[in-house]
Amino acid sequence: MIQYIIRRLLAAIPTLLVISFVIFALLDLAPGDPTGSLPMTVPPEVREKIRLSLGLGEAMHIRYYKWVVQFFINEPLNILQHSFGITIGDAENRTRILSWATRSPVIDLIVERTPQTLWVVGLSFLFGILMAIPIGIVQAYRQYSLFDQIGTFVAMVGFSVPTFFTGVVAIILFSVQLKWFPMIYDTTLEITSWNNFVLQVKQMIMPVTVLAFYQAAQLSRFMRASILDNLNLDYVRTARSKGRSENAVLIIHVLRNSLIPVVTLIALGIPTIFGGAIITEQIFRVNGLGQLLIIAIEGADIPTVQTLTFLFAILIVLFNLIADVLYGMLDPRIRYD
Amino acid sequence: MKKTLLLSIALSSAVALAGTAWAAEQGRDGELRLLYWQAPSTMMPYLSGGTKELEASSIVIEPLARYDPDGKMHAWLAEEIPTVANGGISEDLKSITWKLRRGIKWSDGSELTSADAVFTYEYCSHPDTGCTSSNYFNDIVSVDAVDSHTIRINFTVAKPFPYAPFVGYNAPIIQAAQFDGCIGAKAQECTEQNFYPIGTGPFKVVDFKPNDVIVFEANELYREEGQPAFQSVLFKGGGDATSAARAVLETGEMHFAWNLQVEPEILTKMTEAGKGTIIAGFGTAVERLMVNFTDPGEVGDPDRSEYLGGNNNRNPHPFLSEYAVRRALSLAIDRQILVDAGYGFAGKISCNVLPAPAIYASDANDECKTQNVDEANRLLDEAGWARGSDGVRAKDGVRLSILYQTSTNSVRQGTQAFIKEMWKAIGVETELRNLSASVFFGGDPASPDTYQKFYTDIEMYTNTFSGTDPETYMANWTCKQVSRKANTWGGGNMPRWCDPNYDALSAEMATTANLDDRIRLAKAMNDMLMQDYAMIPLIHRGGVSAFSNAVEGPRGNEWDSELWNIAEWHLK
Repeated sequence: MIQYIIRRLLAAIPTLLVISFVIFALLDLAPGDPTGSLPMTVPPEVREKIRLSLGLGEAMHIRYYKWVVQFFINEPLNILQHSFGITIGDAENRTRILSWATRSPVIDLIVERTPQTLWVVGLSFLFGILMAIPIGIVQAYRQYSLFDQIGTFVAMVGFSVPTFFTGVVAIILFSVQLKWFPMIYDTTLEITSWNNFVLQVKQMIMPVTVLAFYQAAQLSRFMRASILDNLNLDYVRTARSKGRSENAVLIIHVLRNSLIPVVTLIALGIPTIFGGAIITEQIFRVNGLGQLLIIAIEGADIPTVQTLTFLFAILIVLFNLIADVLYGMLDPRIRYD
Repeated sequence: MKKTLLLSIALSSAVALAGTAWAAEQGRDGELRLLYWQAPSTMMPYLSGGTKELEASSIVIEPLARYDPDGKMHAWLAEEIPTVANGGISEDLKSITWKLRRGIKWSDGSELTSADAVFTYEYCSHPDTGCTSSNYFNDIVSVDAVDSHTIRINFTVAKPFPYAPFVGYNAPIIQAAQFDGCIGAKAQECTEQNFYPIGTGPFKVVDFKPNDVIVFEANELYREEGQPAFQSVLFKGGGDATSAARAVLETGEMHFAWNLQVEPEILTKMTEAGKGTIIAGFGTAVERLMVNFTDPGEVGDPDRSEYLGGNNNRNPHPFLSEYAVRRALSLAIDRQILVDAGYGFAGKISCNVLPAPAIYASDANDECKTQNVDEANRLLDEAGWARGSDGVRAKDGVRLSILYQTSTNSVRQGTQAFIKEMWKAIGVETELRNLSASVFFGGDPASPDTYQKFYTDIEMYTNTFSGTDPETYMANWTCKQVSRKANTWGGGNMPRWCDPNYDALSAEMATTANLDDRIRLAKAMNDMLMQDYAMIPLIHRGGVSAFSNAVEGPRGNEWDSELWNIAEWHLK
């Protein structure tokens, strides 16, 4: 198993290098200009100077090389230095990946935004799973019951109504009419007291619910289908005829087998948490990673887009591996050695 | 008896004094909550140039003079506005001398001196800084500190309007001590300094989260007694304009929301909740149609939209080079519909490309205020453009078929659709096209879709100028400014319209100091452009903001920061 993981990790390195180059080349070829969002009153010669100051005067392969050095060498060294106090090489003159919009290190921006994204998107993912699994089980076990019918209906609504609609409806209902929750997420809030904790919960309820609803709708359908596939199999009949209780049959035998496809979905869903929820973040002004990405794309802030997309690529490769490893744990028939 | 009376008078006046002192204490009103749906990415105005960053930084760092909502200049860090009359501007118009107000302190306690201004000039004019306001420091020989509080700016040429450097929110003064090591290429790496600039303004930055939120606190060293009234400012960014309006007008969570480009009927409905007020400020922004005087040709043509010179322009547009067609296109438009449908509070009909300041606004072109389809049709008939079987006019095999481009934006697409219908009524066929703003305005010389290349017949966008002096703005339409291959499409003259008489007026304005003469020249230039239909003005656009009824002070300002007077804002 360990050998398999190491082999996969080594194979991932060339894959990721190719991905990073493809992303870089695509962004370089795409139209768009970091000075494009400036007011028209800024004359063209000033724009040209700004472009040069951002390093756009250099050839593409040199800019790519610089980015690779910054990403794979300078940034890890910087993390070492700040987290563990280990200084290697010339820390003073080490250049970092700078965002063109903020002129600040991209990694710092990402670190700054990760908490609110994890809080909101991560929690909604967690709640989505926690809701979807039991709902899916009961729906499958009591197929065509009233609970199943209602569950299917709600899931279809959750599936087909986009979050930019449910989000705005929630705001109008709970912020404008009932005045229960704030419509603007306050990222400066620090949980230092019980009072602030309550405020934090209050401001998270709407975005988390909207997203969790969407997640649960999708997952519960998969859970239901997967359980239904297993319920009619021979081993279930065997277990029942052995005289095991219905609970044991369902939880110990059926659930474990049904979870295999669902676990893949969940594992592959985790990188998307870090991608943030672009639309929901925008509606509630959570300003997490999703909003960072979309603003960077709009403003042609290439270093930020490049770094973020590449981090997503790393996460996707990594969680693919994790999903494969989890298979082996859930299904003893799968062996990697 | 007398003694006690005196004493009691003294006592009561002391109480009264204490009372007023208490009422006017700094920071008495708690937190002010501002909402900018476009979030500022830095606090350094010289590295951003975007309006959102300029607005945010304007409450910390200040210029020598600011503009009020009417476009009038007020001395800010300076004692007074220098003029030729008070000796602040030299007779030959080649130098201006500003005097700093005494006793102004930076928020770190050090004194503001003329050295800071000199440094600011050096910072922004350094070629490697990438300063977005470097055009505010054009034609300068030197900026000298005459003494600790006197700054003299020497120009290479006579400057009839020398108020660009250090005036308005584009060119404020930064602290020399703080930015000393941040000049040139280093400017990009000074994250700490760029996020937390030390200023002289009413607030100082406490927490800056790029593209998200800024927390400011009152600057206890601020020069005005009892100001600012608010203890802190929460400057939240992100989201969209509609929900920003909702947060002020419906839920009352925020005190002020900026730049509300929202459909007018939605805004009106929101104000019915009675929580807030809408203000519109009008500057010089005009949404206009640019008319291409050159032939945009087809893909592959060597001289697409290229001005080839010669008295009659050797590459004329097949039909837009004809005066009657241009005039008919303008007459066919009902501008009031465009205002009502797309702009509401934020728009007024405009028949001038230079609609403000009021002293420069011409009234010679008011014909455009009313739609006149009959006259437009008559003009085209007279010029020999006959309707074909499909209703589209043609002459000598040339059809009046227009390709009309603009940036992607729901209001602009709405305007496009209306204009297409209006032109249909005069037998002109229109094909609409919209391009992502970052491409259209991006200026990439390799892209065929930029507004500078203008490979279509008509294009629409808004242009404006900063400050209140139109000289450079009006110089955009001189022959020299024609956007073409030779200047990598860098000129400001998109219509490729060229008239030596116009150039002469522009040259005359550059050497005229007398305000009345400048007004006459600016109006004449505007009228020439309008009466030859080089551009077809549509809408004078304003900035719309909303503020809570609990707050008093916001006035809207298109000439400077909307937060220019934030020190005076207070709760009712």
